[in-house]
Amino acid sequence: MYLDKFYKTLRCHHRSDTHHHHPHPEDSGSGITTQKSGTREIKVVRRVLDVNEKMADENRKVFAEKGVFVINVMSSPGSGKTTTLQKTLARIMPEIKSAVIVGDICTTNDADRLAVSGAPVVQINTDEFGGDCHLAAHVIEKAVGGLELDDIDLLIVENVGNLVCPAEFDIGEDARVVVLSVTEGEDKPVKYPLMFRQCEVALLNKIDLLPYLDYDKQQAIDCIHQVHPNMPIFEISAKTGAGFEPWLDWLKNKVRQKTN
Amino acid sequence: MHEMGIALQIIEIATASIPPNLADVRIETVNLKIGKLAAVVPDSLRFCFDVAVKDTPLEGAKLAIEELPVVAKCKDCHTQWTISGPAFKCENCDGGSLEIISGRELDIESIEIAEGD
Repeated sequence: MYLDKFYKTLRCHHRSDTHHHHPHPEDSGSGITTQKSGTREIKVVRRVLDVNEKMADENRKVFAEKGVFVINVMSSPGSGKTTTLQKTLARIMPEIKSAVIVGDICTTNDADRLAVSGAPVVQINTDEFGGDCHLAAHVIEKAVGGLELDDIDLLIVENVGNLVCPAEFDIGEDARVVVLSVTEGEDKPVKYPLMFRQCEVALLNKIDLLPYLDYDKQQAIDCIHQVHPNMPIFEISAKTGAGFEPWLDWLKNKVRQKTN
Repeated sequence: MHEMGIALQIIEIATASIPPNLADVRIETVNLKIGKLAAVVPDSLRFCFDVAVKDTPLEGAKLAIEELPVVAKCKDCHTQWTISGPAFKCENCDGGSLEIISGRELDIESIEIAEGD
């Protein structure tokens, strides 16, 4: 499995090579060499993820030209991302023309569920046996090729369920949304601070279950605000549809701002 | 979790940084800076790097990692301080609007190559 992953990732990086010219050290004036005893130090000074960042900027340019608002939806596995998006699409379509890119390690189950809305859906499988833990910008670029961007106003990217790695990878989105459910620990935001700092809004899902749980909702809200003060939190139930209005208003407003 | 991908990217950048006139040199060390807020575990990265350098110009190279603290600056009162726990509030004025000065780094600073022979 390890080697599988190794080669898969290697292929991905070779792909991204075609979009990127590696500067030789003397190109940028960064090739200053300094003498140490027995070794020579060559300055590099480059961000390791700059290939991804450049690709994300390319994506962002395309989305701007086409007037498409893009959200990157992230959460841990099982927090209800897909159900939330199913309900969201059912409420905003056809008023807001939407498409979805959904990332999973394996299966097309989520794409099948989301396609019921009538929105075009592109499923990305990162690897059949324990593949990439996140969607990177070049994967989005490829997936976007299968969509008619002229025909849509909103692109929803449902990332791989994971609170760690997706936070690190810019895909060219306009806004990041994190879904947290009340069946998870109240302290998740402080355990995964980068995710909650990187996202613009949080959806607190499954609130219909609160009467049956020993969940301290205020503690969860405090934890979110500890890592991201003033972060807007929408309390929703994807199952019952409760609390969706403020979330949908936020989303529609954002789409309007980008497409007008 | 994606340390192998990061390790491969590091090898690619480091290999591309070898001056063309020094084609057959051995790279001894890759100097890396990782912020505490980057989603990368240094020990996992070292492990992946050691596996991935096989049959590359970096075989046998050491990954020297400097970890950088999370430093924030308050946009209201301009206080600058080092964040030690996951609390992103100004230690001076309690404001929540802050800029992360450092802590997100994942940068290759330099490579060190063996001199002479």
